[in-house]
Amino acid sequence: MSVVEFMQLDLVPMLAAILACVTCGLLGTLLLLTRNSMMGDAISHAVLPGIAAGFWVTGTRASLPMLAGAMGAAVVAVVLIGLIRRLGRLEPGAAMGVVFSGLFALGLLMLVWSGADRVDLDIDCVLYGILETLIWPAAEGPASLIDPVALAALPEELWLLAGMFAVTLTCLLLFWKELRLAAFDPAFGAVIGFDPRPVRALLMLLIAAACVAAFWAVGSILVIAALIGPPAIARLLTERYAAQFLLAAAVGAAIATVGYLAAALVPAALGAAQGFNAAGMIAVMAGLGFALAAQLSPFRRGVVKQRRAAP
Amino acid sequence: MMNADFFAALTLSLGHNAAVVVLGCAAFGLAAGLVGCFVLLRGRALIADVAAHATLPGVAAAFIGATALGLDPRNLWLLMAGGALSAALGALAVRAAAATRRVRDDAAMALVLSAGFGLGVVLMSVVQSLPTGGQAGLSHFILGQAAGLAEVEAQTLIGLALVASVIAVLLFNPLRVLCFDEAFAAASGLPVRALDLSLTALMLLVTVAGLRAVGLILVVALMVIPAVTARLLTERLSIMAPLAAALGAVSGWVGASFSAAAPGLPTGAVITVTACALFLIALTLSPTRGVVAAGLGRARMGYRIGRDHLLRGAWEELEQLRLGPDAPFATAAIAAAWGWSGPRSLIAVTALRAAGLVRPAHEPGFLRLTPAGIVAAQGVVRRHRVWELYLTRAGGVRAFAAHRGADLIEHTLPPDVEAEVEAWLASADPAIARLAVPPPVEGAPA
Repeated sequence: MSVVEFMQLDLVPMLAAILACVTCGLLGTLLLLTRNSMMGDAISHAVLPGIAAGFWVTGTRASLPMLAGAMGAAVVAVVLIGLIRRLGRLEPGAAMGVVFSGLFALGLLMLVWSGADRVDLDIDCVLYGILETLIWPAAEGPASLIDPVALAALPEELWLLAGMFAVTLTCLLLFWKELRLAAFDPAFGAVIGFDPRPVRALLMLLIAAACVAAFWAVGSILVIAALIGPPAIARLLTERYAAQFLLAAAVGAAIATVGYLAAALVPAALGAAQGFNAAGMIAVMAGLGFALAAQLSPFRRGVVKQRRAAP
Repeated sequence: MMNADFFAALTLSLGHNAAVVVLGCAAFGLAAGLVGCFVLLRGRALIADVAAHATLPGVAAAFIGATALGLDPRNLWLLMAGGALSAALGALAVRAAAATRRVRDDAAMALVLSAGFGLGVVLMSVVQSLPTGGQAGLSHFILGQAAGLAEVEAQTLIGLALVASVIAVLLFNPLRVLCFDEAFAAASGLPVRALDLSLTALMLLVTVAGLRAVGLILVVALMVIPAVTARLLTERLSIMAPLAAALGAVSGWVGASFSAAAPGLPTGAVITVTACALFLIALTLSPTRGVVAAGLGRARMGYRIGRDHLLRGAWEELEQLRLGPDAPFATAAIAAAWGWSGPRSLIAVTALRAAGLVRPAHEPGFLRLTPAGIVAAQGVVRRHRVWELYLTRAGGVRAFAAHRGADLIEHTLPPDVEAEVEAWLASADPAIARLAVPPPVEGAPA
């Protein structure tokens, strides 16, 4: 395979997968630390009607109305979950199950109704992602990376992902202390008069936006792997707050790269006509990575005890 | 045209095959609603979702394996067996991941759900490249396509759903004990582990039965939503279970009819949206837990609090100025004392006028108590002071705190408790009991 071919067919999907997994990994770390992992699952399903509505309005795939629609749907989902929990006096899992499956089903129907004649947003995209379609035909070699004309022809989904990554990083750095307090010691926060709700709301909105951005890369269901896989693996390897974020980002980049290569390049190198689904492979890598990290973890059961007993 | 088809399907007159499919989906909804009650009460809603997603790699692997062995890869039993196997493996994987003790259950579930589904997606892309091709049938396992169901497949669905329902009914009492009080179940000699396992098996049975018609993504919705809807309407499991089964059956029936009239729609989504519509109706109108009932209850409470505060404020004002009970009093002072905004005090005054407790005085901004208002105000003041005295005498609470405490409880103090407290005060100190009655007449010492 030549460099040009790689740049045209594989560079953009790989970058998109890496950006999606790193962004989701950073946000997912906060979900994991606040013990809200299933909330990520719920939001990633619930944004679908918002995405469908945004697509309805604009007819394009990466747009601000779509982001706004998804955030609106996420807010509706969170409010509904709270309402159902309170009124029905139900465990959170049940309330979540009702809301996210209901909104997801609604989103599916909206997609089918609105998109029967549109080929670029269909149900396959929701289920499998469309990494493989993010090609860059304008690339003619390494020089294209600094050629404004060629860069302008990059798929707009990539810019959306890069924008989400920048926004996430900025928010993390700006609210580092507040997020830490909300995650670890809400009781202490309450004592010093810190209200964690705005920070939590911001986190939910960011996750909704990241779900939209990652939707194009890995689809609506596998985005959970990108949200929870990297932080869960990092959690097995470190106890430190800052290291947890850095590791999650690194793991996100790693599973995206390895998953994409395993799906796209390995079958091609073996001479198969068709690659595996890359988004699915990335999710599988998240699972395998967790199993591997569980074996290597310095905190796995028994190890800590042995170390403490040793001296 | 679509409407006509929908009603024809709904009344089972769109042809024999469509009728069997509609009945199959209804039977599935019945079983899912029934089993879903126990899944919900045992707190297993999310694990059911994980298991459902984890069926995909098993289904795809069964398809690939059957193709490799030269069997018919579209044999429904084979695909369902593969799905059940990998769903069980998924449930075990959640346990293993949670056993690392570094991530909680919810993270373990999210991880297994997505990794399992991802593996399924990878295997699906393998299926697509098989020479037999024809992956079209398999993708129906994800979102469901009841309209394309063959008659024998629909009959299988009905059979499995009935088996699951019968088992759930037979195990009703032991499962009920298990769901509500596991420790008691163990102490009374029930085989808790076996029961738990049979509940999981029931859940898996319903899941794989619904795969082809409803799809693995939304199969859990049919277990959770009818059960939650029934939960909003009743407190008793013996009512909740049949209600959930009925709601599930109706959702399946109506949803499958829709899907028969418009075969392009994913059946699972149509059925789920139908179930959600029923849920929203229950959430709004449930007499005990509905939004409307809660809003009415809050409004009623708000009125009572406003009424009590206004009446007591009026009485205390009149008392302080040593005026008679039917003398005019200023509402502005009362509103200021309670920190009411203009609209808030206007609402309170309007409500009390409508209730005939106060009437406007000649001077603007002043009101008078009506005879009924005098009686009500006496009752309110009396309740407040009785409770205040009770708190200081019996509870040793300081006077100011007693005042606050009485403020908080007097609106909800039931009459029998009030009578009991008064009786206690009278027996403890008759003089005090007399003091509790507010001095009602002009010129009497405050």
